[in-house]
Amino acid sequence: MQSFSILSLLRRAFGGHASWQPQWRDAAPKAAYDAVIIGGGGHGLGTAYYLASEYGMRNIAVLERGWIGGGNTGRNTTIIRSNYLFDESAALYDHALKLWEGLSRTLNYNVMYSPRGVMMLAHNVHDVQVFKRHVHANRANGVDNEWLSAEQARAFCPPLNISPDLRYPVLGAALQRRGGTARHDAVAWGYARAADALGVDIVQNCEVTGIDRGPDGAVTGVQTTRGAIRAPKVGIVAAGHTSVVMGMAGLRVPLESFPLQALVSEPVKPVFPCVVMSNTVHAYISQSDKGELVIGAGTDAFVSYSQRGGLHIPAHTLDAICELFPMFRRMRMLRNWGGIVDTTPDRSPIIAKTPVPGLYVNCGWGTGGFKATPGSAHVFAHTMAQDAPHPINAPFTLERFRDGQMIDEAAAAAVAH
Amino acid sequence: MSALRTPTGGRIDRSRKLRFSFDGRSFDGFAGDTLASALLANGVHLVGRSFKYHRPRGILSAGSDEPNALVAVARDAARVTPNLRATQVELYSELRAESQNRFPSLGFDIGVINDVVSPLLPAGFYYKTFKWPAWAWQRLYEPAIRAAAGLGRAPTLPDPDRYISRFAHCDVLVIGAGPAGLAAALVAADAGARVILCDEQAECGGSLLAETAATIDGWPAGDWVATTLATLAANPRVRVLPRTTAFGYFAHNMVGLNERVTDHLAAPPADLPRERLWQVRAAEVVIATGALERPLVFPNNDRPGVMLADAGRTYLLRYGVVPGRRVVIATAHDAAYRAALDLHAAGIAVPLIADLRQTATGDWPEAARAAGIRVRTGAIIATTGGRRRVAWAGVAQPDGGTIEPVPCDALLMSGGWTPSVHLFSQSRGKLRFDAEAQAFLPNLSVERERSAGACRGVFGLTAALADGAAAGEAAAKAAGHGGARAPRMAVTAKAFGGGGLLGPAAGTAAKHAFVDFQNDVTAKDIGLATREGFRSIEHVKRYTTTGMATDQGKTSNMHALGIVAAALDVPLPQVGLTTFRMPYTPVTFGSFAALSRGDLFEPLRRTPLHAQAVAAGAVFEDVGAWKRARYFPRAGEDMHAAVARECVAVRSRAGLFDGSTLGKIEIVGADAAEFLNRMYVNAWSKLGVGRCRYGILCREDGFVADDGVIGRIAADRFHVTTTTGGAARVLALMEDYLQTEWPDLDVWLTSVTEQWAVIALQGPQARDILAPFVAGIDLARAAMPHMSVVEGQVCGIPARLFRVSFTGELGFEINVPADHGPAVWQALMATGAVTPYGTEAMHLLRAEKGYIIVGQETDGTATPDDAGVGWAVARSKRDFVGKRSLARASMAAPARKQLVGLLTEDPNLVLEEGAQLVDDPTQAPPMRLLGHVTSSYYSASLGHSIALAMLSGGRARHGARLFVPMPGGAIAVQVTAPVFYDPEGARLDA
Ligand SMILES: Cc1cc2nc3c(=O)[nH]c(=O)nc-3n(C[C@H](O)[C@H](O)[C@H](O)COP(=O)(O)OP(=O)(O)OC[C@H]3O[C@@H](n4cnc5c(N)ncnc54)[C@H](O)[C@@H]3O)c2cc1C
Repeated sequence: MQSFSILSLLRRAFGGHASWQPQWRDAAPKAAYDAVIIGGGGHGLGTAYYLASEYGMRNIAVLERGWIGGGNTGRNTTIIRSNYLFDESAALYDHALKLWEGLSRTLNYNVMYSPRGVMMLAHNVHDVQVFKRHVHANRANGVDNEWLSAEQARAFCPPLNISPDLRYPVLGAALQRRGGTARHDAVAWGYARAADALGVDIVQNCEVTGIDRGPDGAVTGVQTTRGAIRAPKVGIVAAGHTSVVMGMAGLRVPLESFPLQALVSEPVKPVFPCVVMSNTVHAYISQSDKGELVIGAGTDAFVSYSQRGGLHIPAHTLDAICELFPMFRRMRMLRNWGGIVDTTPDRSPIIAKTPVPGLYVNCGWGTGGFKATPGSAHVFAHTMAQDAPHPINAPFTLERFRDGQMIDEAAAAAVAH
Repeated sequence: MSALRTPTGGRIDRSRKLRFSFDGRSFDGFAGDTLASALLANGVHLVGRSFKYHRPRGILSAGSDEPNALVAVARDAARVTPNLRATQVELYSELRAESQNRFPSLGFDIGVINDVVSPLLPAGFYYKTFKWPAWAWQRLYEPAIRAAAGLGRAPTLPDPDRYISRFAHCDVLVIGAGPAGLAAALVAADAGARVILCDEQAECGGSLLAETAATIDGWPAGDWVATTLATLAANPRVRVLPRTTAFGYFAHNMVGLNERVTDHLAAPPADLPRERLWQVRAAEVVIATGALERPLVFPNNDRPGVMLADAGRTYLLRYGVVPGRRVVIATAHDAAYRAALDLHAAGIAVPLIADLRQTATGDWPEAARAAGIRVRTGAIIATTGGRRRVAWAGVAQPDGGTIEPVPCDALLMSGGWTPSVHLFSQSRGKLRFDAEAQAFLPNLSVERERSAGACRGVFGLTAALADGAAAGEAAAKAAGHGGARAPRMAVTAKAFGGGGLLGPAAGTAAKHAFVDFQNDVTAKDIGLATREGFRSIEHVKRYTTTGMATDQGKTSNMHALGIVAAALDVPLPQVGLTTFRMPYTPVTFGSFAALSRGDLFEPLRRTPLHAQAVAAGAVFEDVGAWKRARYFPRAGEDMHAAVARECVAVRSRAGLFDGSTLGKIEIVGADAAEFLNRMYVNAWSKLGVGRCRYGILCREDGFVADDGVIGRIAADRFHVTTTTGGAARVLALMEDYLQTEWPDLDVWLTSVTEQWAVIALQGPQARDILAPFVAGIDLARAAMPHMSVVEGQVCGIPARLFRVSFTGELGFEINVPADHGPAVWQALMATGAVTPYGTEAMHLLRAEKGYIIVGQETDGTATPDDAGVGWAVARSKRDFVGKRSLARASMAAPARKQLVGLLTEDPNLVLEEGAQLVDDPTQAPPMRLLGHVTSSYYSASLGHSIALAMLSGGRARHGARLFVPMPGGAIAVQVTAPVFYDPEGARLDA
């Protein structure tokens, strides 16, 4: 792997940057691997990287039907935080947060993790109760999260309108200072490059169309648009299309896929120092390093696999943005897009073995899985390599829906992203 | 200024001189100018700085494709709009514009240091560096990058302007009012269709506005536009919307239009909104969005004075502005010859046409040669020179050799034309690559739309008019108006076709050959990306940021594709296209938000008794969309004092409470009881008429979703109440089951939440206070026991009177038709015996009794049994929603969280809601959390604080001592049963 640094950049500047090599090989699929991962999003690529780097599984491949990072990884608003309510979730997301902190150096790729603080606004008495419950639970779990008054919230985010005359005035906020953002593409590319350097094949334009099983029911490989591939272990990390891929193995999963939209404004000079989320009025906002205001909306009301939703959804989000930040009313929307998010009944992910031997699944991240990318990939790699879950993902089974052992972050907070 | 204006011609009004300023300097222009044309007329070519390298930039285009000339326009301190394209800003008197992204000034910008060190800043450089030390990215590098990035400055004050939105339907929506669109609208309207015609420009006419040679049906083009518009204006079925951009194409022929209403006015009238957002549902859509000219990619193609050929021509013919006195033309396409000829005819020196093509034959080149213009074929522009404006063009052979410097003060270029397929693509239509046109053209439609004219590769006036007319006829017919025939129009005009160049010509991909001007992406950057393995065009776009600027790649995308195709050595269509995303051009946030602001942000729900609460001095809280009276402070009281007083009043005498927000559903039909049996966990068949029952609704997963008292009004009629927040959700859930699972049931559901005003009269004196007001109702304990309902009259008004209690006291809930609520409330208040109380006292009173609030004690993870209401579950019922889930082993696990009461050892200490419970407060995080406080108050009636909590294995822990860890230290609590007040319920039954 060519090292990335200011020095290597300097050196190659003299050669007109002619000697940079591909960050990952354009691998063609081999006939057989020790394991394949379906889905070249951040979670899938990260899984491959940890399988290779921590579990020594290097004869493996990531199969991506389009271009890596082109799914939700490359479409999300990149909010990172770990102040989840339940112990199981806090452990998982905080595991990820700790990995984020060193990821640029681990991967030798600047993923621009920027812990600028994530502030969640409370607009009514119920919000206040719920957020305080989070603050207390997080403190006991060793996860930073603090309660701010409305004035403190404005001090942290000066554009915030805390007028009591707002339709839903800001009553306070929960702030996680270690929360922030990262550069989504860099996460996909950084993992791909680091995995590739360890021998992992990153195979793009390779859609999995079937899952092969032997007489004993165990996985033997996959069918793809680029031919059959044998592998005794197959990990499905296909986000919004997980139900489709799991269906190839005859498995049904408790997932619903919804369009989720986001948008950016035209770039402006720095005006917005942190990340602000408001679930009550459906607005999620930060400013990218390029200067665009990055704004997330809520999900559409109907399930769909088409990566677009109705205009009223982003429009409603902009209503809320204009109320909370009335100076942004003259800003302009530059781009709007949608992704397909895979939501579980309890809004917590599934990172688990499946009833089919050799088949593993990592899905259900819904509207908020980007933040978990390194942690999710890390424990999923463990699960695939050891054929047993890591203690952190042990509660995130498929069976919990059958058995009623939910980790119900949705019910507890109804906070997205 | 006259030196740079043509003596006559153009569409500007030379009688109306307008004064304006740019970066504080005053200039004059004319009505009809854009800021760009007025600046050019004043010889100002340097108008902006690029994003990354801060290179001086001029005006490239004459329309919405402009990547360079972005300015901020300020009307006053609050009305500042950044990033406007000078090419679209209409001039008005005293317009104030500022350049952006430069410090300290446009002429001298220290940001150019980036240009000097640009070899260090190739595409994606930031991914490769700034990684050490760990803390430095966020605190050092990122702030520096962020400060450098961004274009204009966001406004700092709230925007005082108004925006509105409108919905419209039509038979035929025509997008674009160039020749094809005008013809389409004319024919469709003639056929009797209701037509909406929109165009993003201030004037309709498109390319015809700069057309001085052609005639249509004998009219000069400009006059044909005027008569056509007059015809359309006279037709009541037609609406013409200039300054209106179709920015997005949504499912089922819904098109979003953004109309800019006042930005062009010197003094906008107060009664007009700044912008209007139209959501148009059209039976048929005609897309006639034309084509955009492509620049050429060559070294230093970004110098001010370098312009698109047709833009130069537009400035000359439409605005009467001379783009330069000595203009070199660089082209790969015939179109630029037309510009050359027009400039030549206007007396401007055209020293050279450098044509990339090896041969240039046909009408246009021949005409240029005949006019005496020197044409050099097989020629590239190897570089340009000049400081803040182009001063010479270096012409050379592709294979190198000597560079011929040709002095000039403007350079017009044309790489050919790119059809504007954005909206077609947004409609999810499929494109195909046409090798001859060197362009992607609409192929398979998904929506009911058709493209016409240049946007589908039909170039030339004659062909575009005919194509538009045919599209208008077909669209009208498809929308049910088959009456018209497309007229045959007699047109005199010379045409040219598609073609041109994608990517740089050989020998011109060297340094500073810009592809995406605004984002400073060069051909070399794109080459680097492909070398680094970014092979998908989406990857190239993201890695280099090409096409991601505010122009969304209108002038750059096709070149980027060409470069990638060449670098990967694959046919261009194989590289694929990036997705065209809405909006076509940026749209103001306020325009989407429109009237949805202030109290209209979300409809405010007020109860029928709102005015009474206001009169009584209530402080309100938001509960969903409702405003609810939280407490009624008297002079000098804070919330705690008021609530304590209200509670004591209820416990000792009587209180009056507005319960109107409770959800209410009338369930009627022969199978009403059976329906409730299936929905709720309780048994309903045996509930007698006139009796009530506390019902619990679970989700399929067995967790409590809602609760409420349900009264049986008749054998086939139930009055169901839900939580305030759950009303709509519960009705939707019921309808879902009724319509999809049990359509055989004879049941009707009606929401009656807003039909009834609900007044709770609670307290030991409630019966006595109420007695004088009722008629036809026996209030005696035996006749009307706890949990009963009767119909009769209260205050002479037909009422449903419930004897129910959420306070633990003897109580009634009086339901009267909403409009009569105030009269009943006032009558009861007039007795002087009742105290109004709010939601806060209500919460406290019920907590003293251990009554749960769904959403506070329960959070979607509690079963009825967890919440202490397991007694309500009719386990013997064959089925009900959630029954199967409740039978799972985990639902009976002893460690489940269960409802308990908590008493602090210090009776005056009130716990914080949401605080956690542990058995060992000294353990280090992560602690073993046993549960949390769900409700907590100081009970004035009991003289100590009380709390409810959900606690793991709680019912087995009554009497245990636990701790609530707080930042300041742990608080000791004792676990108790959840009922603190009148556990026997004697007061209830009084
Ligand atoms: C608009 C939006 C905003 C969001 N905002 C946030 C946020 O602020 N914070 C946050 O934490 N999360 C956010 N999320 C959620 C987050 O993006 C996802 O949870 C996360 O990125 C999922 O990563 P992934 O790698 O699992 O999925 P993806 O990146 O979607 O990767 C799955 C991949 O599988 C591929 N695939 C599917 N089927 C097949 C097949 N048959 N064969 C081969 N390949 C296949 C897909 O092409 C895709 O590339 C947001 C999501 C969206 C859409």
